[in-house]
Amino acid sequence: MNRIQSLFQRKNKEVLNIYFTAGHPTKESIQDIVLQLDSSGADLIELGMPYSDPLADGPTIQESSQKALANGVTLSYIFEQVALIREHSEIPIIMMGYYNQMLQFGEQKFLEAAQKAGVDGLIIPDMPMYMYEEHYQHMFQQNNITISFLVTPETSKERILQADRLSSAFLYIVSQSSITGTASKATEAQKSYLNTLKELDLKSPSLIGFGIKDYDSFHHACQYANGAIIGSAFIKKLESSDLPIKETVDQFVKKIRIPVS
Amino acid sequence: MNYHVDERGFYGEFGGAFIPEMLHGNIEKLRNQYLLHMEDPSFKDEFDALMKDYVGRPSPLYFAPRLSDKYGAKIYLKREDLNHTGAHKINNTIGQILLAKRLGKTRIIAETGAGQHGVATATVCALMGLRCIVYMGSVDIQRQAPNVARMRMLGAEVRPAESGSKTLKDATNEAIRDWINNPVETHYIIGSVVGPHPYPDMVARFQSVISEEMKWQLQHQEGRDYPDYIMACVGGGSNAAGAIYHYLDDDRVQIVLTEAAGKGIDTGESAATSVLGSKGIIHGSKTLLMQTDDGQIIEPYSISAGLDYPGIGPMHAHLIHTKRAIVQYATDDEAIKAAFELSRIEGIIPALETAHSFASLEKMKFNKEDVVVINLSGRGDKDLATYIEYLNDFSQS
Ligand SMILES: Cc1ncc(COP(=O)(O)O)c(C=O)c1O
Repeated sequence: MNRIQSLFQRKNKEVLNIYFTAGHPTKESIQDIVLQLDSSGADLIELGMPYSDPLADGPTIQESSQKALANGVTLSYIFEQVALIREHSEIPIIMMGYYNQMLQFGEQKFLEAAQKAGVDGLIIPDMPMYMYEEHYQHMFQQNNITISFLVTPETSKERILQADRLSSAFLYIVSQSSITGTASKATEAQKSYLNTLKELDLKSPSLIGFGIKDYDSFHHACQYANGAIIGSAFIKKLESSDLPIKETVDQFVKKIRIPVS
Repeated sequence: MNYHVDERGFYGEFGGAFIPEMLHGNIEKLRNQYLLHMEDPSFKDEFDALMKDYVGRPSPLYFAPRLSDKYGAKIYLKREDLNHTGAHKINNTIGQILLAKRLGKTRIIAETGAGQHGVATATVCALMGLRCIVYMGSVDIQRQAPNVARMRMLGAEVRPAESGSKTLKDATNEAIRDWINNPVETHYIIGSVVGPHPYPDMVARFQSVISEEMKWQLQHQEGRDYPDYIMACVGGGSNAAGAIYHYLDDDRVQIVLTEAAGKGIDTGESAATSVLGSKGIIHGSKTLLMQTDDGQIIEPYSISAGLDYPGIGPMHAHLIHTKRAIVQYATDDEAIKAAFELSRIEGIIPALETAHSFASLEKMKFNKEDVVVINLSGRGDKDLATYIEYLNDFSQS
């Protein structure tokens, strides 16, 4: 069992998954951010692999990716940083990026490097499910790396079941039809979509992402899933805060966990 | 060797649909329905009627005597520049707008580089009364100002893409993001044989009218329905795809594709994807693209906005990989020179994109009796501002 799977065995409510672009705001910040997230109470980390052409991402992640690339961040560097983090922390770490990045690195080599560094899972939104099943599932399992597939309000029931079957960490529920960082609209349509998913009685734990930004949206999402993912809002905070990184991270997580009075 | 698309959208190892789940519904619907609609007789009738009376097809196959003399072959020009809106792009947008209507879509988005595809999309949206939004890199908005004005006059909204190199790749990214945000009412009219399956095949089929006409035109003019060479420029590859479509399996026909070398292949300012590129994923398709060792896409460069793209359609990647097609490269300067030459000896001002293909003529070794068809993909009105800068270099006094 890997760290993500044991997390969900321990905890099935209000799982807080924080995404940030690795190497933003500074190249050296990866370790500080992850370690602080861990001690402040995040449950799961998603390290964004900065990409030149992030098709599914909104302006916040696009810009943070550009900056991280300008800072000289590479995949090898991210693996090194994860290995260093593992000397201090056992928080589950996922890497999220685009299929081309894994392809160029070499799929087998990528999975081995991830495993060796102490990465627990991957999210590759543009890797087709059939391709995973036909070519990679075995490779992922051998390296003890999990995968999470996405479902959206447009995903058919048949595909939801396929995504559930193939996901080995959790099912990533995209809250609405949008790129990342778009404010979530809690509409009736969204409610019925989330309820439908809940009623499907899926095998995988699930986390809701896209547009989650604060205490209210996090706890709203947690009514429908085992937890939720916050990305763009956290990146914006890192960028705008005048405080040292550790304090910024600590305050952000506490505000998600504790209602503002 | 099979040069056509397979069940899963691949040309050999290239193609496919590498898209985030947010796009899956729309792409799947297209994949299931595009052939059904395209093969429906009422669709065909509507398409053919618009091609004839609105676009002005068939486009002439013009024997170019002075050019033939100069290069020692029988050179014909397939006059896509004479189509309504001035390029081959409208063949595809007419097809896709008819499809969009049958899919019940009410909002159209497109990307554009040179602005020709944007204009062709704005045109068919006006024709059908649909809302139109065109994404265009802000660098291209600058260098193709007349086309920006045309799109606006036609009622389209032109949205600048400010990311990356602010050119065609980035406009495409923005269009895809728009589609993710608006999946229900929107159809995305891609302008070339790029993107996830079924786009490359669908666009190639709409453009295939070019080679369909070439067949009977050559039969009529040359007494045989095939040429020895077909030459075309390649950005994404749609005009080339249309010009070769019906000859893919005919080995008597040599396919010569010309890519933009920018300031030179090795200068770091180039768009010669087939030499500078390697296998990878761009805009949802596995193909050749310019990228770093870490898989980051490299910003291309070409004087021509329509060829300034770091990838190439998967069909062409396969044709190049299997050596079915040969590739030539033309620099900015060679393209400019070729544009002036065609203007001066045949009285035709070509688009800058098209000029790249003409620049390859002097690199070819023809026999006198060889029949060569160059796909004259578009006219040069949109490029006058660029050409004017070179007028002094080519003054004849
Ligand atoms: C006249 C003309 N030719 C060629 C191209 C390149 O596109 P493709 O390679 O898809 O034909 C363009 C693109 O804008 C164009 O306007």
